[in-house]
Amino acid sequence: MADLPPPVQGPTAKEKKYDRQLRLWGATGQAALENAHILLINSGPGVVGLETLKNLVLPGIGKFTIQDSAIVSEADLGVNFFLEEQQLGRFRAEATSSLLKELNPDVEGYFVTEPVESFLTRPDSLMPYTLILVTAPIRPELLSQLSAHADASLIPLLYIHSVGFYSHFSIHLPPAFPVVDTHPDPETTGDLRLLKPWQDLLEYATAKTKGMEAMGAEDHGHVPYIALLLHYLEKWKQEHGGEPPKEYKEKTAFRDILSKAARTDNPEGGEENFDEAVAAVLKSLNSPEPSSAVKDIFKRKESLALSAESASFWVIANAIGLFYAKYGVLPLPGSVPDMKARSADYIELQNVYKSKARKDLAEVVENVRFIERSSNRPTTIEEKDIEAFCKNAAHIKLIEGRPFHVVEAGQPIKWGDKAKWMAQNLASLFPDYLLPLYIAFLAWDEFAATHDKDGLGGAPKVPGETDQQFDSEKTTGIALKILDDLVKDAKASLDEDELSTVRTQTSDFVQELVRAGGAELHNISALTGGLISQEVIKIITEQYIPVDNTCIFDGIRSKTAVIQV
Amino acid sequence: MAEGTATTLENGIAVSRARWKYLDNILNRSGPFTDPDSFEPGETIAESLARAKVLVIGAGGLGCEILKNLALSGFKDIHVIDMDTIDVSNLNRQFLFRQADVGSYKADVAAKFVEKRVKGVKITPYCGKIQDKDEEYYMQFAMVVCGLDSIEARRWINATLVGMVDEENPDSMKPLVDGGTEGFKGQARVIFPTMTSCIECQLDMHAPRAAVPLCTLATIPRQPQHCIEWAHIIAWDEERKDITLDTDDPEHITWLYQKALKRAQEFNISGVTYSMTQGVVKNIIPAIASTNAIVAASCCNEAFKIATNTNPFLGYPGTDNYMMYTGDESIYTYTFEHQKKADCPVCNPDALARPLTVSTALTLQEFRDTLAEKPELQLKKTSIRSEAKTLYYVQPASLEEQTRHNLDKKLSELVEDGEEVAITDPAFPTLVFKYKLTFN
Repeated sequence: MADLPPPVQGPTAKEKKYDRQLRLWGATGQAALENAHILLINSGPGVVGLETLKNLVLPGIGKFTIQDSAIVSEADLGVNFFLEEQQLGRFRAEATSSLLKELNPDVEGYFVTEPVESFLTRPDSLMPYTLILVTAPIRPELLSQLSAHADASLIPLLYIHSVGFYSHFSIHLPPAFPVVDTHPDPETTGDLRLLKPWQDLLEYATAKTKGMEAMGAEDHGHVPYIALLLHYLEKWKQEHGGEPPKEYKEKTAFRDILSKAARTDNPEGGEENFDEAVAAVLKSLNSPEPSSAVKDIFKRKESLALSAESASFWVIANAIGLFYAKYGVLPLPGSVPDMKARSADYIELQNVYKSKARKDLAEVVENVRFIERSSNRPTTIEEKDIEAFCKNAAHIKLIEGRPFHVVEAGQPIKWGDKAKWMAQNLASLFPDYLLPLYIAFLAWDEFAATHDKDGLGGAPKVPGETDQQFDSEKTTGIALKILDDLVKDAKASLDEDELSTVRTQTSDFVQELVRAGGAELHNISALTGGLISQEVIKIITEQYIPVDNTCIFDGIRSKTAVIQV
Repeated sequence: MAEGTATTLENGIAVSRARWKYLDNILNRSGPFTDPDSFEPGETIAESLARAKVLVIGAGGLGCEILKNLALSGFKDIHVIDMDTIDVSNLNRQFLFRQADVGSYKADVAAKFVEKRVKGVKITPYCGKIQDKDEEYYMQFAMVVCGLDSIEARRWINATLVGMVDEENPDSMKPLVDGGTEGFKGQARVIFPTMTSCIECQLDMHAPRAAVPLCTLATIPRQPQHCIEWAHIIAWDEERKDITLDTDDPEHITWLYQKALKRAQEFNISGVTYSMTQGVVKNIIPAIASTNAIVAASCCNEAFKIATNTNPFLGYPGTDNYMMYTGDESIYTYTFEHQKKADCPVCNPDALARPLTVSTALTLQEFRDTLAEKPELQLKKTSIRSEAKTLYYVQPASLEEQTRHNLDKKLSELVEDGEEVAITDPAFPTLVFKYKLTFN
């Protein structure tokens, strides 16, 4: 053991506990979770919101607060796991908050038992929270108020239904929600620049393939496939007027050349490095053109009109936009996949890519510093943030957050510019397009907005609580009107048959919703709580890509659909 | 007196059903998709739910969720099997366990917790292996819900349940609901043994990661993982042969880490960390509460529908039986019908041998190595016999010794072109995998 380095510090207690998740979102993601304070405005049977919180308390969200004025009832105990018999008659917010806190001593949990109506009248009541979850049913004027707060304070707001076998949630994100760390699949997203090689890379390839015909079996079988590809590309270009293979046919022809170049007079009957080269042709011989979504980000007003207050994302986006304008490519990410090669040759290749990536980064950093000076930014953007952006520039994502529908009694739903597209999908994507289920939820909301439990304007009454048949007919009527309005709005050309099929589908969804009479099924709420907590984690950590902006779950056919409303 | 008793009883029932008010909305009402032939709304459904004995395999990330979900779906008689004890790294998702439970059996702690929280449910734990139990044991259940992280255990229970089916006895067909997760991804599937595609039919959907060739580890490492594998597979055996590697012992991991680090430095490879060492050596798969919640609840939703007929369920022959979930890029699910495979050795033990082309250069041992990585096979301890003779047997020890010399022989010296071989593995004692070999 004398020749080993000195003993290491093992993982901390916290690293041990969170090991399985730190492997996904890392220390920065974890820190973001620990700084969050989530508010749940709970109602109805109240399960889906708590199941969501459960999956956030476990990974160590900083704080949560439950607003709920309900009193624990016998029925709560049959559906909600975070309640105990001896808590009957107590405030549900207090009881659930205390049992959730037991899951993780690192998390702070609070509760508010004040009714939501008065809670929201206090001007600063929403100030402490970094993300708000609200479950249906809720009065539309209160939901509008929350939506206005989300708009003004740029706080993410999620509106949730879990009714019988169905569930829904919509996410209201800030108008520009950028994600740098999208975690693209490394298998499919490498950028090797084989069609735009730089001098050092070409020299590397030349050196490694020099005198290849005369190489011994060991050497020949260890030429890194990137060098092989570049070597045969040069040959191809000489025979094709300087052009690389572009069309599919040319690429397959090029692939055949590589296959034939492999030696087969060995015990293995082939060479792994040539196999790798062959496999990489279709995937890697593409011009490194950024997607239009990424180019659009460079052209957005936030990126072009920078001020001292601009978020660092936009400053870096502008700086990379300048880089792209100059070179026609994004900064090189710099990573190289593993391949059959000798250690030293591989490390040398890695360094060729890394040095180029560092050079590109230095240029982007220079652009950033220039922008900082010219826009008088008070703070300096850290180089590691610029580096992270450069590494993933081809896969950055911008979500344009917007409000979801708040159903107001008697007011038609505003579908805006999405109407045409949606109405067309109704017919063409039938029956997998779950928009009719979304419409059924809107109708459910309108019913709740126009009925209350005591007839005195108190808690909303939801369809099916007492009279399944009557409420079914009434809610179906509302839903079909919403559907007809959409089709009319969109001036869509659905023929009689198509329309009638979609109307039947919509009314079936409504009937199934009304059957539940406002009941939550624990399984559906647990599943939906899983989906929502995962979205919350993606939003808070600013990693991976969140839903834009509405997700529907059909627990009968076990399908989800994401739609933009 | 008699009257008084009756009232109490009625009250008793009334009180207990008040607790199930929400569930009863679904049990007591028909919907547009319920099948009137199989669903008669009313009390009898709650009663049959209470009577149905369900077996949960696994009390880990999925299992904790499954137990909670079944208890709150009206199931009253639940059994759970798990051989593991609680580790501190379980606490970020296995929500029935606390710091003070570390070291206790998962099945015990989970069963007690759910029994205490949900009154009226009985949960019977068994802390051991599924292989400890026989067909008679499995026969008592109405269905089996699996939340496992081991493919081997899944294949074992699948083969057992398919093998139990007796066409004369409809009760011998036990629906198997299975969930699995990895990071932001997962799947839930329903198997009706012999009627639908089974776990063995679907095995190639979960291909194992290709192992790094030994020569790369030994001579030309390029990645930090190669250095860790070298320390794990080669250096440990060379230098600490007498100590059994315990991947939960921090001293052992530290040793491997330092060895790997030193080797990486020799080859100018960067990136070896303690956490990566642990990950590679223990083959750690990222796991989070949210994905477990989604997959477990999807399994229990199907189990509930199967038990109650309150709505159509996955796995009805000719309909979808498999849901894939991906959450890292928006939310995407793909629900489809996985088709039964005609040559599945579990569904169809009399199936013809599968064709397989092999290189004449392969030794028997190299051939065995390919069997471990073949997506539709994934067998690690194979015994092989040809039509004419025994080629290699892993057990008993005497037979192993007698056949060991064949391992280094070329396969082409041992079998004829076009000959059939039968492959077995002690992990699946009832199964024979047949291949017809052609040399290229």
